Amino acid sequence: MAERRDGGKRKNEGAADGGATENRTTATKADVPARIAVRKTYKLYLGGAFPRSESGRSHPVTSADGAHLANASLASRKDARDAVVAARKAFGGWSGRTAYNRGQILYRIAEVLEGRHAQFADQLVAALGVSRAEADRYVSAAVDRWVHYAGWTDKFAQVIGGSNPVSGPYYNHSTPEPTGVVVVFAPQGAPLLGLTSVLAPVIATGNTAVVVSSESAPLASIDLAEVLATSDVPGGVVNVLTGKAGEIGPHLASHADVDALDLTGAGESAVDFERAAAATLTRVLRPGPEADGGEDAWLDTDPGTSRLTPFLETKTVWHPVGM
Amino acid sequence: MPHTATVPEAITDHALRAYLHGLPGVDEVGARARAQDLATRSIKTTAKAAAIDLAISMVDLTTLEGADTPGKVRSLCVKAALPDPADRTVPKVGAVCVYPDMVAVAVEALRGTGIGVASVATAFPAGRAPMEVKLADTRRAVADGAAEIDMVIDRGAFLAGRYLKVYEEIAAVKEACGDAHLKVILETGELVTYDNVRRASHLAMRAGADFIKTSTGKVSPAATLPVTLIMLEAVRDHHAATGRRIGVKPAGGIRTTKDAIRNLVLVNETAGPEWLTPDLFRIGASSLLNDLLMQRTRLSTGTYPGPDHYTQD
Amino acid sequence: MIFEYAPAPESRSVVHLRETYDLFIDGEFTPALSGEHLTSLNPADEETLARVSVAGEADVDRAVVAARRAQENVWGRMSGAERGKYLFRIARIIQERSRELAVLESMDNGKPIKETRDVDLPLVAAHFFYHAGWADKLAHAGFGPDPRPLGVAAQIIPWNFPLLMLAWKVAPALATGNTVVLKPAETTPLTALVFAEICQEADLPPGVVNILTGAGETGRALVDHPGTDKVAFTGSTEVGRGIARAVAGTDKRLTLELGGKGANIVYDDAALDQAVEGVVSGIFFNQGHVCCAGSRLLLQESIAEEFLPRLKERVAKLRLGDPLDKNTDIGAINSAAQLERIRELTDTADEEGVERWSPECALPESGYWFAPTVLTGVGQAHRVAREEIFGPVLSVLTFRTPEEAVTKANNTPYGLSAGVWTEKGSRMLWTAERLRAGVIWSNTFNKFDPTSPFGGYKESGYGREGGRHGLEAYLG
Repeated sequence: MAERRDGGKRKNEGAADGGATENRTTATKADVPARIAVRKTYKLYLGGAFPRSESGRSHPVTSADGAHLANASLASRKDARDAVVAARKAFGGWSGRTAYNRGQILYRIAEVLEGRHAQFADQLVAALGVSRAEADRYVSAAVDRWVHYAGWTDKFAQVIGGSNPVSGPYYNHSTPEPTGVVVVFAPQGAPLLGLTSVLAPVIATGNTAVVVSSESAPLASIDLAEVLATSDVPGGVVNVLTGKAGEIGPHLASHADVDALDLTGAGESAVDFERAAAATLTRVLRPGPEADGGEDAWLDTDPGTSRLTPFLETKTVWHPVGM
Repeated sequence: MPHTATVPEAITDHALRAYLHGLPGVDEVGARARAQDLATRSIKTTAKAAAIDLAISMVDLTTLEGADTPGKVRSLCVKAALPDPADRTVPKVGAVCVYPDMVAVAVEALRGTGIGVASVATAFPAGRAPMEVKLADTRRAVADGAAEIDMVIDRGAFLAGRYLKVYEEIAAVKEACGDAHLKVILETGELVTYDNVRRASHLAMRAGADFIKTSTGKVSPAATLPVTLIMLEAVRDHHAATGRRIGVKPAGGIRTTKDAIRNLVLVNETAGPEWLTPDLFRIGASSLLNDLLMQRTRLSTGTYPGPDHYTQD
Repeated sequence: MIFEYAPAPESRSVVHLRETYDLFIDGEFTPALSGEHLTSLNPADEETLARVSVAGEADVDRAVVAARRAQENVWGRMSGAERGKYLFRIARIIQERSRELAVLESMDNGKPIKETRDVDLPLVAAHFFYHAGWADKLAHAGFGPDPRPLGVAAQIIPWNFPLLMLAWKVAPALATGNTVVLKPAETTPLTALVFAEICQEADLPPGVVNILTGAGETGRALVDHPGTDKVAFTGSTEVGRGIARAVAGTDKRLTLELGGKGANIVYDDAALDQAVEGVVSGIFFNQGHVCCAGSRLLLQESIAEEFLPRLKERVAKLRLGDPLDKNTDIGAINSAAQLERIRELTDTADEEGVERWSPECALPESGYWFAPTVLTGVGQAHRVAREEIFGPVLSVLTFRTPEEAVTKANNTPYGLSAGVWTEKGSRMLWTAERLRAGVIWSNTFNKFDPTSPFGGYKESGYGREGGRHGLEAYLG
C-alpha cells in the first residue's frame, strides 16, 4: 500500500477542503464539464469528530479493479491512543444509558442507513466489484442487522442474567455488564455488513468501540461513521481508524486501557495480538470461520448471542434477606 | 461513640424517636450468622467445668406458675442454696425468681443464704394494667423483701412508637424499686425485629434499668442467641458511651448446659469478660439447673448420671 | 472472670496418610516416570505429612492420552443422566468422608478446622450435587439445543481452598462431558489424592479424572501439552498472564480466576456490628488467603473514628493457633514462601509511613504464622493498597462521598470482588451498579454457593465458575 504524508499535525477543519485539481488550463470549451463533482475527503472518526490522522498520512484506496477511489487516512499509533481515550471517556455515559435508549439509537442508525442505501450500495459495488443486486442485498442486510441488535439492547440481560437460588437467606442476582472498551478488527473483505455484524453487538450491550477498518476497503467504515454521527450515537462510542492493522494493532492489543479485542479481521496478526493482550488479561474473541468469507459470510439473519456474550462481564450481587 | 452517646436533652417522644431511630441498624442475617458462629465454640474439660459453675451462679431459679404454692417455692429455695445435696462444692444460684405474692415466702426460706429474691412485677407477664397498679405491685414486692424487680415494658406502646410512655413507666418503676435492682423485660418475642430489640434495650437503659432481660418466658420465641447478642452489644455500647455497666438476662428456652455455655461464650466475646459475673449476667431458667448439675457430675466422674439423682422441685 | 477456652482439638485419627502418593492416571495410582518427589508439610508445625510424586512431561502425556481416550470412548458418549449419577455418587461419598477430608485439608493447608468443616467441605459436596443435576439438562442451559463438550480439560488449582477449587473445576467439566487432568497446588496436594480414591470408590470410568501432582514445571507442561482443548486456571495474575500467552495461537479455550484487591465500602449508615463482622471475615477468613478478600476497607470519614476501635476490639478477639482446634479462627500461613511475601509487602507499609496495628497475639514457635494486622492511614498510592498481599492484612482508607468511594474502589487493575455496607437500598444498588467487580457482596462478605457465578473483571481474570454461567466454559 502506498502512503502519503502532508507533514501536518491534525487539523480539525471539517470536510470543507476539497482536493480538486479538475481544471485543466489546456481544456477546450467543449471539454468543460457541466459541473465538477465534489469529492469526499475520508478522515478518521474520533470522539465524535472527523479529524485527519495526526500523522498527516493517507493512503490511496482502489476499487476491486484497481481504479483509484479516494485517499483514506492512515491512522498512527497516536491516533489509536486518542481513540482509546475517546472510547474510555464515552464508556460511562453510554453504558449508563437505559437499554431502551440504546435500542432507540441503534434503530435510528438503521433508519439513517436505509436512507443512504444507494450511497452504500455504490460504495460496495466499487470496493468489492460485486453486482448492484448483491450490493443491495448487503446493504439491506446491514440495515436489518442494526434493527436486530437494536432489539437486543433491552433483552440480553434477561436472557443471560437471572437470579441464583443460593442455599441461604440471600437475594442473589447475576447481571451482564459491558466489558468496556473493545477494539474491533473489522473483517477485511466485508466492509459494511461484516463491519456492522461485529460492531453492532459490541455497542448494543453498552461497550464502546475502537474499530480498525478493513485495510483494503475502508471507505464504507467512514461513510458508516457519518451515519453514526447523525444518529444520536454519542461521540466516542464508536471510533473508526482506517489504516494498517499491522501497524496500529500491536499498540491497541497491548494497551492496558483496552478491555477486549475482537480479532475477526486481524488476519495473521491475530495470534500476536492475543499474545500481547495476555499482559493485561484483555479479553479476546478469536477470528471465527466468517472472518475471511466476505460479506456473504455474514448473511445469517440470526447471529444469536454469540457476539454479545464475549464482551459482557457477569456481575453477581448478594444481599441478605431479613427483617 | 456518637451513635450511643447522644442523650436526648429533653425527654420527649420526638427526642426519643430521633435517638432510637438514629442507632445503627441491625442486619438480621448478619446477626444470626455471628451468633451461629459463636455457637460453634467448643468448650471442653477445664473450661467447661469453670463455665458450668459460673452458669450455676448466674441462674435465676424461677417458678412463675399459676399453680405455685408456698411449699413449691420453699422447695425451690432449698435447691437454690444447695443445688446438689451430694456435692457441697456446687455454688449457689444467683437468685430465686417468683411472683410478688410469693416474695415473703421466698425471703423467709432464703434467710441466711445470701441469695436474693427477684420478683416479677408490673402486671407480669402482659403488663396490661393501670400504672398505679403496676407501681403498687412493685412497691409491695420490694416491701416484702425483693432485692430485684423484673418488670415488663408496655410492648404495645413501644410498637406504636409511644417511646415516652415506655420510658416514663420504666423510670417510675425504677423509682418505686428504691434500692432494689430493676430488670427490664423487653419481651423480645413480641418486638419481633432486631432493630426493635436494640432500640428497646437502649430505651430501657436510658430510663434506668440495671438489667435488660429478654423475655417473660410466656412468649415464644424467648431468649434466642441473636437476641442476647444484640442486647450484649447494647450494654457494651452503653458502657462505652456512659461508663456504666448494665446487666443482661436471657430468660426462657435455656434448658441445657450447651445453651448456657453458648450464652457465656456470647458474653465473653461480645460484652467482654467483665460481664462474666452474676452481677452483670443472669440466666432465667427452671429446668436448666439440673442439666448443669448432671454435666458437672459427668465431667468430674466421667460417667453419665440419671435424672433421678437430682431433685425435681 | 477470664474465660479461657481449653484446647479442643479435632481428632486426626480419621485421616490415614500414606507415606508416598503416586500420580492418579487412567483410574490407577501409578509412580511418576520422572521418579521425582516433593514433600507436603503441615504448615502449622512444619512436620512432613507425605511424599508425593512430581509429574514430568511424559506423565502429563500419559494423563492427557488417558483423558482423551476416556472422553472419546466412554464419558463423552454416556448419556447426561448417567454422567450425572456418577457425580451424585461422588457428592454422597464426599459427604460421607467429609470429616476425614476436612481434617486432612486443615493439616495440609493450615486453615482452621472450623472453616474446612463448616465452609469448604459442605461447599465441595454441594458443588458436585449441583452440577450432577445439570448433566442431563444442558440443552436447556441457554447454550444452544445441542451443546457439546470441549474434550479434555487441563485444570490447575491453587492452595488456598484445595478441595473446593478442585470441585469448582472438576464438577462442571465432568457434568458437561469433558474429562480432566488436574494439577493440585504444590503445597496442598493431599485432598486431591483422596479425591482420586473417591473416584475409584465411585467406580468412575478410568481416565475421566486424572490427578497430577507437582509444582510449576508440571503446570507448565500441562498448559503446553497440545492434546487438551481447555485450560482452566485459578491462581496468581502473574501466572495467569503467562498461561494466556501460552494458549494464544491454539484452539484451546481458557478461563482464568486470578488475583484481587477487593474494596469493602462501609457507609456511615451501615449496620455497624454486622459491618465489623463483614470486614473481619472479609480479610481474616482463611488467613486472608482469598483472592476475593476484602483487603481494602473504605470507610466513610464520618464514622471512621467510631468504626476503627470497634474493628480493633473485634480483631483482638480472633483466636490464632492450632488449625485443628475447633476454636481457632486464624490458622497457619500456608507456606514459608507465602509468609515471606506477606512480611515483605507489609514491611513496605512501615517504610512508607503507614500505621500498623496487630492485637497482642502469641504466635506458635514452629510453623508459619502472621498476626492479624490492620494498616491505617493508607493512601491509594501505598503498595499495600495496590498489591495483593494474600494474607491477614487489612488496609484502611477513608472516603467522603459515594462517588469517591466508587472511584477508589475501582482504582485497581483487579476486579474480582467488592463489598458495600449501607442500610439504604437505593445507595446499595447505586454503588453495586458502579463497582467494576464480578462479585458484589452487600451487607455480607465472602459468601459462596454452587449456583452463584464467580469470577472477575479486568486483571482478575475471565470466565465464570459456578451456576448456569459456569457451564459455558466447558461447552462448545
